[in-house]
Amino acid sequence: MKFVDEFRDAELGRALAGEILAQVQPGRHYKLMEVCGGHTHSIYKYGVDDLLPANVELVHGPGCPVCVIPMGRVDDGIAIAHRDGVIFTCFGDMMRVPGSNGSLLEAKAAGADIRMVYSPLDALRIAKQNPDREVVFFAIGFETTAPSTALTLKRARAERVANFSCMCSHVTIVPPLRALLESPDLRLDGFIGPGHVSTVVGARPFEFIPADYGRPVVIAGFEPLDILQAISMILRQLQEGRCEVENEYKRVVPYEGNLRALEVMAEVFELRPHFEWRGLGFISHSGLKLSEAYAELDAEQRFSVPGVRVADPKACQCGEVLKGVIKPWECKVFGTACTPERPIGTCMVSSEGACAAYYNFGRFAREREVV
Amino acid sequence: MTAVSDREQKILGIIETARSKRAKFRDTQINMAHGAGGKATQTLIEGLFVPAFESSELAELGDAGRVEVDGAELAMTTDSYVVKPLRFPGGSIGELAVNGTVNDLAVSGARPLALTLSLVLEEGLPADELRSEVEAIARSAHAAGVQIVAGDTKVVERGRAEGMYVCTTGIGRIDPRANLSPAALRPGDRILLSGSIGEHGTAIMLARGEFELDAEIESDTRALWPAVDALLDAAGPQLHCMRDATRGGVASVLNELSRSSAVAMIVREGDVPVHPAVAGAAEILGIDPMYVANEGKLVAFVAPEAADRALEALRAVDGCEAAAEIGEVRTEPPGMVLVQTSFGGRRVMDQLVGDPLPRIC
Repeated sequence: MKFVDEFRDAELGRALAGEILAQVQPGRHYKLMEVCGGHTHSIYKYGVDDLLPANVELVHGPGCPVCVIPMGRVDDGIAIAHRDGVIFTCFGDMMRVPGSNGSLLEAKAAGADIRMVYSPLDALRIAKQNPDREVVFFAIGFETTAPSTALTLKRARAERVANFSCMCSHVTIVPPLRALLESPDLRLDGFIGPGHVSTVVGARPFEFIPADYGRPVVIAGFEPLDILQAISMILRQLQEGRCEVENEYKRVVPYEGNLRALEVMAEVFELRPHFEWRGLGFISHSGLKLSEAYAELDAEQRFSVPGVRVADPKACQCGEVLKGVIKPWECKVFGTACTPERPIGTCMVSSEGACAAYYNFGRFAREREVV
Repeated sequence: MTAVSDREQKILGIIETARSKRAKFRDTQINMAHGAGGKATQTLIEGLFVPAFESSELAELGDAGRVEVDGAELAMTTDSYVVKPLRFPGGSIGELAVNGTVNDLAVSGARPLALTLSLVLEEGLPADELRSEVEAIARSAHAAGVQIVAGDTKVVERGRAEGMYVCTTGIGRIDPRANLSPAALRPGDRILLSGSIGEHGTAIMLARGEFELDAEIESDTRALWPAVDALLDAAGPQLHCMRDATRGGVASVLNELSRSSAVAMIVREGDVPVHPAVAGAAEILGIDPMYVANEGKLVAFVAPEAADRALEALRAVDGCEAAAEIGEVRTEPPGMVLVQTSFGGRRVMDQLVGDPLPRIC
């Protein structure tokens, strides 16, 4: 496949792995966080971490938009989905995320009309095809998906699609990063910056990381060579004593971002005072809701939702796992109360989360170390 | 690296014990994941059906069960077909209903002999559609060399079925050359795949029109007996085990066998044939073709000394030209399937947890 295979070249990968090996100091342990769930997926899919020296550790960050949705919000979504006449639409991977009483997939089995869509525009199309039904789109994601939700809402308003509304659970990337960085026990040496988010917000919003917290950031693409290249760039910064935001993903990410997308977002959304993250708790100004001008399309206003906050069990230590303070198996509930079948925290929800990966593949990882 | 601490070792032990216990079926209702061929399906089968029927043959969880009648060894299997849409590029429900069932017999080493056919028809189904499916069934049965020997018809009210559901039961005679069993898997066995993967599942997904993607991908539905016949001829007793890689794809077949036979498998990703259009659709949807359904592809495990011979014989069969050796059986770590990625890393290829769902991130 053109524009894809070039970035998966095994020979170039080996060369970069060699470069990385030459860059690390043998006695030092490096912990780098890939912020974005898309990176975690690529690392896993291509076995990128297998090519790294043992003292370069990748820590999976908070950037899986599906995993961070708290139980209470899943419950609210399910409550709307169960109402008479409602068609509830959401992205595929959201359907498995557990609420306090099952997932959307289970709600579908119990009779709710829940449909998977690939784009918010598909949800709008379903609304137009079913004028006698209320169609709700469960909007999730970081700044990556928020502009497409915003454009869909603009179109819904322009075309006066009265039976369409949106349950907005969009989140923003900077506040959770700041929350992690604020932690006194942080053990991270650098960040692989989120490529997709940066296509929208640009590189500038990450400048506070080197400026205020002294950690390098390299914004990276999602192919395995992108990720290795970004790791090499972070290590070079550490080696040379530099600390700045660099952009490895220049072929897609402009430094200033996508101004048109940012404008549309500013028109349609406003920041919530605070938003709850699964495993991380409440973070100020980290979630988006529909602005006053679009309030009539807000599903949370159109339907009354329980809005009950379901507390993460106190013993869940996702925050510490994300900060790299503890290993998954050091969490008090790991493998007992919290398993992939019944996950509690964000790290266990996605199969690529740090805890789920360790639960499923821990034995394999151990063997690799022995080899 | 640091040594494994006592506590970590203890936790790994707890996980190990939990995983090795027989699956318990605890769900309060059936959801779509129970039919997807992954972990939930396995829990349903191993936690509810197998213990209830106390059949040693069923407990083997093969594609077909063996029945001995006065010294003659027979294989029996049954399957229901609920595909939507009824017709799709490369085939239709009628062809699937024949090929799917004869293939379950074939990979069990049995030459298919006869089928029964049950139809559940929805009120309002156009007679022409039924006629065309009946013709497809007749054509496929003829091509596979099986007779339809009994049948049943039920009609349900409009809205109670998607046009038509088809159920076929097949019987076949176990070939004297065949000596197949998951227990026969040996470290060193080579894993052969009879052609490119993911075409049926991708064709169906695109034919449903949910993704507004267009690509020229046709279902691979075909009868596998000729391929099995060629493998048995070439490898005889050195052909250790075969599976039909339908629902859940090649990944599910490998995971089931590595678990039930307590062996490891390593798959070389770069050697797995994938049609470029399937790879493209999978790339866009964020789905791994290894988990996508096939309707005419088998996975065979062959002793290393017979592998080249078997592969050559397989490639000479019509429709198996792209057959490839994709990996091998190992001892460690038992129960796991590892992938050597084309990029040069390694990863675990896990069991499917539910339906493969498109990702947003």
